[in-house]
Amino acid sequence: MRHLGFAVLLTLWGTLGIALELEEQRLYPTPNASQTLRILSTADIEVFEPIILEFQERHPRFAIQYDVTSSAEVMRGLYEEEAEYDLAISSAMDLQTKLANDGYAQPYQSDITNGLPDWATWRNQLFAFTQEPAVLIVSTSAFANLPIPTSRETLIDLLRSHPKVFAGRIGTYDVRSSGLGYLFATQDSRNTESYWRLTEVMGRLNARLYCCSGQMIADVASGELAIAYNVLGSYAQLNDTPGIQTVEMDDYVSVMLRTVLIPTTARSVADSGLMIDFLAQMGKHPELADKTALPPVGALRQENTNVRPIRLGPGLLVFLDRMRRETFLRSWTSSMEQR
Amino acid sequence: MTARASSWSIRRRLVVQLALIAALLSIVFFLTLRVVAEQAASDTQDNILGASATSIADAVYLEGGAVRLELPYSAISMLSTISDDRVFYRVIADGKTLTGYDDLPLPNARIDAQQRRFETYPYRGSDLRAVVVSRRLSTGNRTVKVQVIVGQTRLGLAAISSRITTTAVAIGAGFFIVATALSFLAVQNAMSPLDRLAGAVTRRGPNDLRPLHADTPEELVPLVAGLNSFIARLRQALSRSEDLIAEAAHRVRTPLATVRTQAEVIHRQMKHPTNKKALREMILAVDESSRSAGQLLDHAMVTFRSDQLEMQEIDAADLLQDAVDRLSPTAELKDIQVTLDLPDKAIPIHGDVILLQNAVRNVLDNAIKYSPPDTEITVQLQADNACRMVFLDQGRGFGSTSLASLTKRFSRGANVADVVGSGLGLTIADDVMRAHSGTLQISSNAKGPGACVTLVLPFS
Repeated sequence: MRHLGFAVLLTLWGTLGIALELEEQRLYPTPNASQTLRILSTADIEVFEPIILEFQERHPRFAIQYDVTSSAEVMRGLYEEEAEYDLAISSAMDLQTKLANDGYAQPYQSDITNGLPDWATWRNQLFAFTQEPAVLIVSTSAFANLPIPTSRETLIDLLRSHPKVFAGRIGTYDVRSSGLGYLFATQDSRNTESYWRLTEVMGRLNARLYCCSGQMIADVASGELAIAYNVLGSYAQLNDTPGIQTVEMDDYVSVMLRTVLIPTTARSVADSGLMIDFLAQMGKHPELADKTALPPVGALRQENTNVRPIRLGPGLLVFLDRMRRETFLRSWTSSMEQR
Repeated sequence: MTARASSWSIRRRLVVQLALIAALLSIVFFLTLRVVAEQAASDTQDNILGASATSIADAVYLEGGAVRLELPYSAISMLSTISDDRVFYRVIADGKTLTGYDDLPLPNARIDAQQRRFETYPYRGSDLRAVVVSRRLSTGNRTVKVQVIVGQTRLGLAAISSRITTTAVAIGAGFFIVATALSFLAVQNAMSPLDRLAGAVTRRGPNDLRPLHADTPEELVPLVAGLNSFIARLRQALSRSEDLIAEAAHRVRTPLATVRTQAEVIHRQMKHPTNKKALREMILAVDESSRSAGQLLDHAMVTFRSDQLEMQEIDAADLLQDAVDRLSPTAELKDIQVTLDLPDKAIPIHGDVILLQNAVRNVLDNAIKYSPPDTEITVQLQADNACRMVFLDQGRGFGSTSLASLTKRFSRGANVADVVGSGLGLTIADDVMRAHSGTLQISSNAKGPGACVTLVLPFS
């Protein structure tokens, strides 16, 4: 935390002269920094800061500029604005895949990236460094007398048979505004026939729509929500919050991979590569993973057959298709809003 | 006299030529394999691209007059089955881009049986293999032309191509090595009759003039026939000259005998000592001439018979006894004592009797001739691993002259210039021993003065 003394907090956007909407920007200088590594990321500063400090501990010649924005802005910034960054980190696997596919990423290879499992890299341009499951969370008070659902089918049955308990007390992502919510929803629609029925049922019970996981967790904890579906939450956050219980579904658990890529605007692939190597090795530093609350690649047991990591690759481009997205959102909206 | 090897050999020529052929075939094989395999890989990519575009085209539909498409997940994800290649697509309805990448060009190079057009062109920094599939949609009075373009980079194809190249190189090199090794063996095998023939010719003894009976392939038959006819002519020439010598010696000996007899008669009637001495020397000279003519005759016969020995079993003791008996009168003239030292039991040897008699007689005759009067000659017969006939005299020995030069025809020791002689005695003995695979050994007498000549005959 001693570096925090040097940290400069900038909560302005447009300081770089680029029309990029930043939520937060922070600089991490070091006494003998000769280069600055510019990172554009969707992860909150609080989550990522331990990683930055640990990285600087090993590579003191790098000052780090950490910019936080939404996944859509990461995409827009690199795709349209040619924003200059050395690394782009995002939870939106589909958008990251599109950046790599369309030629906005540079390849990088090292012994460490070669050691990553096949499913964790794509084209040596996209590197996954976390595995974060989408889970169901339930309010322990609301479920005092109810069985906890373990699959989407039993969840549907439960919601149908107890409308009074759940009316207005179901939370889920608004897939129209949340990129992550959209990713989980489209993967659900591919994985199971029950998805659309579940959406119908949730819509009929006036489900509340959220932009982000944090608020959903808070509302379940306070008892305002009885249940929240497809929540992405770090284990620590989920385990430390009283009044909630995490449920991993038996039928399948979608797992999002947080990925990092080197934009074509990066100054030095080798320098950016140092951070990629560091992130790829996070699984070997459990103390770091505990501090950041980001489950590293390899933390989930792959032999657990209900764990279904979302596959990197061109398949992710399908739901980014303008028409496909239009059609999907139309179906979703009509199911959810019951009009 | 050896044949000069010219700069090339048949064997090397054949090996080099066969290796070149193998190399050529290997290269052709390599190129063929590459072309065929890469074509197959390329066709596979085309087929997958075509299937992808077709499945997208099939998903296009008309809804209330508007063209709609729900991009099938499998159509795009199937492209990632082979490799991590980048994927681009574009759907055009009536010339206007419906969805996908607006700037993706229409491929227009190869048209396949299903009217799909393929082309490879650069796009966004990579070579792209692209296909376009066309389809017509109609509802009522409206017809829409839909074109679906799907493109994929060729990274996977390049990886397959490099794998194919590696495999093709390995197979080509292996083929070359095996083919070269086999052709080397084949050449070795084909050349072996020639080697055998050369061996059969070089292994022959100096006097072996029998025709060749090597088992030769067709191609070498003229050579062997030529060689045999040459040998026959050589043999004939040799035998003719031996005949000539024999005839000449015979013709010289007979008149010499007459001259000697007449001279003896005159010598006895002569009173004057000076004349008597002169006539005595003349008789000695006639004797020597007669002896030389005899040796010439012996030598001619030995040379002739060496080619075709009449082998039979005889007792070595009998052989020596016979020679000593015959030459005793000559020895007695010079008061030389010949002692025969024979073992108790018979020693059977295998050989041509006439030749062996000649050899023994010549050696003993030599010993008598070069021994001073009143000395002793010992003839011993020994048998260990071979039969040894040893002749020890007390004469002047061989001095420093070597065996090789002593056994040369008409060559004589350096220390015998005062004694008249032909220089054929040891040559005859040596020739006979060689014909019987034996050896002639000479040395100075271990005990006292004189020479030691040993005829060594192996027990077959």
